[in-house]
Order: sequence, then structure tokens, then C-alpha cells
Amino acid sequence: MMLQLSGVHAHYGHIHALHGVDIEVQVGEVVTLIGANGAGKSTLMMTIFGQPRASGGRIVFNGEDITRLPTHEIARRGIALVPEGRRIFSRMTVMENLQMGAVLGEEMNFEVDLKRMYLLFPILEERCQQRAGTLSGGEQQMLAIARALMSRPQLLLLDEPSLGLAPLYIKKIFQIVRELNREHGMTILLVEQNAHHALRVAHRGYVMQHGQIILAGSGRELLANPEVHAAYLEGGHAATAA
Amino acid sequence: MALALQQLINGLTLGAVYGLIAIGYTMVYGIIGMINFAHGDIYMVSAFIAVTVFTMLAGFGISSVPLSLLLVLLVAVLFTSVYGWTVERIAYRPLRGSTRLAPLISAIGMSIFLQNMVQLTQGARVKPIPPVLVGGIDLLTIDGFTVRLAYSQILIVFVTIALMAGFTWLITKTSFGRQQRSCEQDRTMTALLGINVDRTISLTFMLGAALAAVAGVMVTVYYGVVDFFIGFVAGIKAFTAAVLGGIGSLPGAMLGGLLIGLIEAFWAAYLSAEYKDVATFSILILVLMFRPSGLLGRPEVEKV
Ligand SMILES: Nc1ncnc2c1ncn2[C@@H]1O[C@H](COP(=O)(O)OP(=O)(O)OP(=O)(O)O)[C@@H](O)[C@H]1O
Ligand SMILES: [Mg+2]
Repeated sequence: MMLQLSGVHAHYGHIHALHGVDIEVQVGEVVTLIGANGAGKSTLMMTIFGQPRASGGRIVFNGEDITRLPTHEIARRGIALVPEGRRIFSRMTVMENLQMGAVLGEEMNFEVDLKRMYLLFPILEERCQQRAGTLSGGEQQMLAIARALMSRPQLLLLDEPSLGLAPLYIKKIFQIVRELNREHGMTILLVEQNAHHALRVAHRGYVMQHGQIILAGSGRELLANPEVHAAYLEGGHAATAA
Repeated sequence: MALALQQLINGLTLGAVYGLIAIGYTMVYGIIGMINFAHGDIYMVSAFIAVTVFTMLAGFGISSVPLSLLLVLLVAVLFTSVYGWTVERIAYRPLRGSTRLAPLISAIGMSIFLQNMVQLTQGARVKPIPPVLVGGIDLLTIDGFTVRLAYSQILIVFVTIALMAGFTWLITKTSFGRQQRSCEQDRTMTALLGINVDRTISLTFMLGAALAAVAGVMVTVYYGVVDFFIGFVAGIKAFTAAVLGGIGSLPGAMLGGLLIGLIEAFWAAYLSAEYKDVATFSILILVLMFRPSGLLGRPEVEKV
């Protein structure tokens, strides 16, 4: 087991955002988390990093309890996040953003990894000296993914990587998810509103509602599930949760 | 004409000193969005350290100027960076996330504590140092007025240029500099990348303190005396410089320092020497009223 959350709660002040969440991610899996707006998906991702800190339950990564570790120590264990809203450093250059992502990596790997990112996202090479804030939304998303990959994480968390992107970019993002997993064996936890795409690349999925996991199953099972279909697949977007 | 030239030299010297202190204000503001109100004292403390160590060295019979300067700088930088670190740990870190006023009050508290400690141990009187770097070059004489460039002025300007160049390189080109800037933009994201944000903030306080310490030592060499009130006045002037240049902006702090130094020098020469401090404070008020973002600052503070 690579990542295991058991009975995890999270609060923002008085708002109780996670109500005892249990999820697991095995080595080599792509696991997706779907759910309506405000279900608590992003909170779950951030709680893994202790932002906010879990107010109950346990988070175990590679056999180590990381529930109380400082955020940077959790990252150092080999988890990287592409957060909601990208959060690239807009006043720094594209190159500097990638260097920031590589802080945890080995110095000698930097050039190799950089080449790999440029191969994956050629636009980043073209724009490497440009301020990241001047990139288009899709380019910023690619930068955020590349930045996360620069640390060579064991587990990659992606929070709605396709949000707000044109169909062409969406296709590319899912292609990259598949490639990272199938060819590089990377373990991925993927939050998506785009349930259809997500369930198709994922080995397994969880459905979240009001801070709780209400359904779990393989990607295929969830795709076929009439409830999931009604709530998250018709029209391709999350409707109000059933 | 000669007077103007002389004041230009004096103003640049002063401005260099204010600029060095202003960097500390601006860096700390950049990274935590708050003014370090205990920063001005660092300068005063380092001036007193300079007096003490210079006197001790003279007592040991060490007369080599470069050696004694180096030793004094070392001791001052060491002490004050520890102080900068302590201020952050005691006055700022425990109060991060509370109201903005709370750390301000605790910082002023630490500053008052420090002032009183220095006053107790050093006495409230003005202290002279043994002459370290005296003399200078007479540049030219016009109508009986000789424009003079003191060796200590040359020292101040050179050390400042070297430090600012080094510091700019540190911030723009090194890994620590990138981490410092990324903390300014988004501390949570920086931590998510595996960077110890607390450590980066501590180092920022320490670096700012070290620069102010150098300023304190150099001013002591320049004036040959140190008094207890200088921390307060120089602190406010450097703060004004940081605000004038655009708080949070590194080049702004340097530019602001130079401008304040020049304005003060010319004001003292042509308007009123007694009221030279009024000039600075008027600028502070005017900038805060009409252009709070300063000359080189970003118009709106981005908050993530
Ligand atoms: N910083 C915060 N402060 C207070 N409440 C928050 C904060 N962040 C999220 N919440 C609340 O917690 C709940 C879960 O939010 P979260 O962002 O995790 O949902 P989500 O599933 O990611 O939604 P979306 O699909 O819209 O991104 C929501 O009710 C939200 O209002
Ligand atoms: Mg979300």
C-alpha cells in the first residue's frame, strides 16, 4: 500500500469539510476521485499535505504515519501535488518555476529531467525565459504539472488538471496521465470533474459527496453505475449530487 | 557649487547606509507582509558592538585597520543575525496567523527591551571610538571651500556597492533566492514543493539583520561616535527609504536609501540643519498619502 487514509477528518474553522474519509492507493495505480463542487476533493488533497491538518484519522504513506509531519517533510517523502488553480509562481520565469520544482531532486538529474519536460511540453522550452504569469491557462497547467514532476515523485496528486482547458489540451493532459502511469510506472491520484475521461484512465475510483466517500469501485464499474451516470456523467459534468 | 558637491558626497554616503538598512525592512515585508519594528535597533546594537570591539582591539594593540574592521564586522554580523533570528522566533512566528497588529506590538516590545538593555549596559551617554579610519582626499577648492572625500566615505560606498551586488545575485540567481521569492508569492505552494518555509523566513530576518549590522559598523567608523538614540532615528529613515522605493522591492530599497540620504544632505545644507529630520518624516507622510506603493513597488499587493 502506498497511501492510506483512514477515518480522516478536516475542518476549516467551524466548517467540517471531511467526515471520516477512507481511501487507498496502491503502487502503480491511477486512482480517481470524483464528486460535485464543494464535495471536499481539494480539501482531501491538501489534507494529505497537512494544509489543513487532519483533525482526526490517520494518513500513512509507504508505511510511515505522515499525519503530523510538516508540509515540506511530507513533500520530501515523495509526494507531489498539482494544486487546484495551478498556483505557479507568476512573477518568476518558467525556468525558475521548474527549478523550484526540482528543489527536492538530485542536482545531477536536473538537466535530464528538464529535457524530459521539454519533450513532454515543448511549449515550455520555447517560453523558458518568460514570466510564468504571462503564459496562457493551458500552458500554466502544463507548467504546474512539469513543476510537480521535476522532483521525481513516487506519488503524483493532480487536482482537476483539465479544468478550464480547451478539448485539445484536455486530451493531451489525459494522454500524459496515461503515459506517466503506463510507461513510467508513476502512481497517480487524480481529482476530476471530467468523470468520463477520469474513470477511463483510472484503475479505480471513489465518489465523494459532502465530505464522505459514498461509492468506490473499479473505473469500469463506476462508469457503468447508473447513479454515477446520472450524477456525474450525463452532459459530461457534475450535476447536483444525487 | 563646492558645497553642493560636498553634500552630494555626504548624501550618497548616508544614502548607502539607509539603503542597507532599508533592505532588511523590505525583505521581511516581502516575505511575511509585515514590518519588522525591531529592525532599526539592530543598527544601534551593531554600532555599540563596534564601539566595544574596536576599543578592545585597540587595548590589545591591534592597529591594522583592515583586520580590526573585519573582526568588528564579523562579531557584529554574528550577534545581530542571532538577534534577527530571535525576533522572528519570539515576536513573529508564534503570532503568524493572528491579527496583524499583534506581532507589531510584540516586535516593538522586543525593541524596547533591547534599547533598555543597551542603555543599562552601555550607559546613555555618547560613546567615542578610537580613531579607526581617519583622513581623506581633498578633491578641489573653490572660493576657499575644500571638497573632501573621507576614506571612511570611500569605504562605505564600496562596501555598500559590493554588498548590494552580492545580495542582488543571491536573490535573483541562487536557489535560496528563488525560495525566498517563491515564499513571497505563495508560502503554501512553496512548502508543497518540499521547502522549509520557516527556515527561509528565519534566514530572511537574519540576512536583513546582517546588512543593518554592516551599516551600523560603518556609521560608527564614519562619525567616530555612537549614541543610543541613533537606532530609532536611522531606523525610521531607512523605513522611509523602503516605503519611498516601494516596500517589498529590493532595487526600491536601494534607490529609496540614496534619495533619502541626498535629500537629507541637501536639506541640511540649504534649508535647515536642525530640522533635517523633518524632511524625512514629511516624505514618509507624503508617500503614504499619495503613492503608498512607492517608486518601484507593485501598485497592488497580490495576496494568495
Ligand atoms: N480555505 C477554506 N476556508 C473555508 N472553507 C473552505 C476552504 N476551502 C474549502 N472550503 C469548504 O470546504 C468544502 C469542500 O471544499 P473543496 O474545495 O474541498 O471542494 P471540491 O470538492 O474540491 O470542490 P470543487 O470541485 O469545486 O473544486 C466546501 O464547502 C468549501 O466551501
Ligand atoms: Mg476542488
